Amino acid sequence: MAVAERTTGTPQPIGFSRSAKGIVGMVLRWIAMLIVVVLFLIPFYLILRNALSTEQDITAPDWKLFPSHLQWSNISELFNDTEVPMARALYNSAVVAILGTGGQLLLASMAGYGLARIPYKHADKIFYAIVATLMIPAAVTFIPSFIVVSSLGWVSSLRGLIIPTLFSGFAAFLFRQYFLGFPRELEEAARVDGAGYLGVFWRIVVPNSLPFFAALAAITFIANWNSFLWPLVIGQDSSSWTVQVAMSTFVTAQTINIHELFMAVAVSILPLVLIFAFLQRYLIQGVTQSGIKD
Amino acid sequence: MSAPAKTAQTADPATTGERRGPRRRSRQKGIAGNTLWFWVFVGPFVIGLLVFSYLPIIWSFVLSFFEAYNTVTPSKFVGLRNYIDMLTDHNFLSSLWTFTIFAIFIVPLTFVLSLALALLVNQVKIARAFFRSVFFLPTAASYVVASLIWKLSIFNGVRFGLANTVLGWFGVDGIAWLSTVDPPWFWLPLVTVRLWLQLGFYMILFIAGLQRISPTLYEAAYVDGAKPGWQVFRYITLPQLRATSVAVLILNLIAAYQAFDEFYNLIGAGANYARPPLVYLYSISLGSIQDLGHGSAGALILAVIIMIVTLLQGRILGFGKAGD
Repeated sequence: MAVAERTTGTPQPIGFSRSAKGIVGMVLRWIAMLIVVVLFLIPFYLILRNALSTEQDITAPDWKLFPSHLQWSNISELFNDTEVPMARALYNSAVVAILGTGGQLLLASMAGYGLARIPYKHADKIFYAIVATLMIPAAVTFIPSFIVVSSLGWVSSLRGLIIPTLFSGFAAFLFRQYFLGFPRELEEAARVDGAGYLGVFWRIVVPNSLPFFAALAAITFIANWNSFLWPLVIGQDSSSWTVQVAMSTFVTAQTINIHELFMAVAVSILPLVLIFAFLQRYLIQGVTQSGIKD
Repeated sequence: MSAPAKTAQTADPATTGERRGPRRRSRQKGIAGNTLWFWVFVGPFVIGLLVFSYLPIIWSFVLSFFEAYNTVTPSKFVGLRNYIDMLTDHNFLSSLWTFTIFAIFIVPLTFVLSLALALLVNQVKIARAFFRSVFFLPTAASYVVASLIWKLSIFNGVRFGLANTVLGWFGVDGIAWLSTVDPPWFWLPLVTVRLWLQLGFYMILFIAGLQRISPTLYEAAYVDGAKPGWQVFRYITLPQLRATSVAVLILNLIAAYQAFDEFYNLIGAGANYARPPLVYLYSISLGSIQDLGHGSAGALILAVIIMIVTLLQGRILGFGKAGD
């Protein structure tokens, strides 16, 4: 009996919840779990509460758990505020995130496929030149990149925001590793049918790799949407601010009401919450496959 | 199997007919054709990498030997003076010290807490996906968003801030969290904001690591009489998580070196405390005076430090053995 139980039950990393001690442990773990859940959700609660409150409710001496009535007019207040280029900033962020993600995946996937599958005598050297860029810490390159982008005259432009971020050595590396493990039989069948490298890539390899593309696309999109330092460096004119730069400008200058700023936060985070709701499976794959965020 | 069949059906016969000609020729050309196609696939990426990775580093390296105020094409060569200036610059050195304190807090805390979350989630039998989602959800928030919530709502120095409201319930006076240097309360918001944002991310890495551990190891430990709990954790779980642990520590330290967003938004680039290296470099090279010579020298010094520390850490933790 005991033996059967031991071999069929799933082994537990810590503890077995049978004895009295086990039950106490279980209760403690659940309490810990609930406390942590509440702590993790507090900031989201604050976004909703403050975004839908009046300024008086937020600054009241006694904490108001919920707004006395939901202030949906904060949305129109935010978008009608002529000092806050919110619509423009959302548009810029959308363009940066969509084109940045699409372009990065296109370039890196083709490069990765070429490195993995097309025989070329210098392929190794090219691969090492790409991997070498992974040694350079991403953030210290903002001054060097600014030098190049400003001499191209791309400061305060969408080009300057997007193009320098398209060439991710890490993404190319991940695609190469992935394509090395792609089943060759599928490609050879298409090859026999008369397809060249481009045909095989677009009609066989890409359609059969969509989960991998989706995983990388989800984390790249989030990283691009949330990116701050590079848009801050490039966005010297308010017409090229992304939503992150716009929010940061108003919080550091403190020229805006709290309720309006939190409505901006709620609006800015909405696309990503939707991605989390519908693409979480791919996101988690992306995180575990790549192990890094940006 | 189904996808190739589908593409064969949907492929336009006209285009496949057109493709047929060049392909035959390229196969006859053999190696030369491969070289062409290699560059079709890899070329655009390599050109971009040269322009936007290699060129900036080289240009910056050159600039670091020049006096370069508000210009990227300087003329006055100053040798190593920018480097000497930076290495004796009190502000730059104290920014490295700020980073060191930050890393001492954030790296062990992130490691222990994200592992604890992973173990907690892994043990739950009901609604596991829900709990995992709750802890992972902050990854959707940017540092700007989180800093804003921390600065204006949770750690607002005035009475209606959440932290001060809670203190008020216990009759404790409010604290100006972000501007109090003695005692250095500003570390509390700085550290907690990063924990909130990144714990879920590292938790996912640990959960993946936990799921790779073979159940037979736990069974064997049980048969051998290992006490469930600490003993099993210490002698089975932790050693089996070695590869994941090394990855988490290294990623975390590199990320801490590059801390910018929350310091910039919570404290500001102009403050003379809590200014990590990137914020200081930003303020000297892209502020009102664009001192790109010193900025380049500082960025390169920082890059070298990060690389050395990463290599050392990898050597100490045995990155070579942790093959994945």
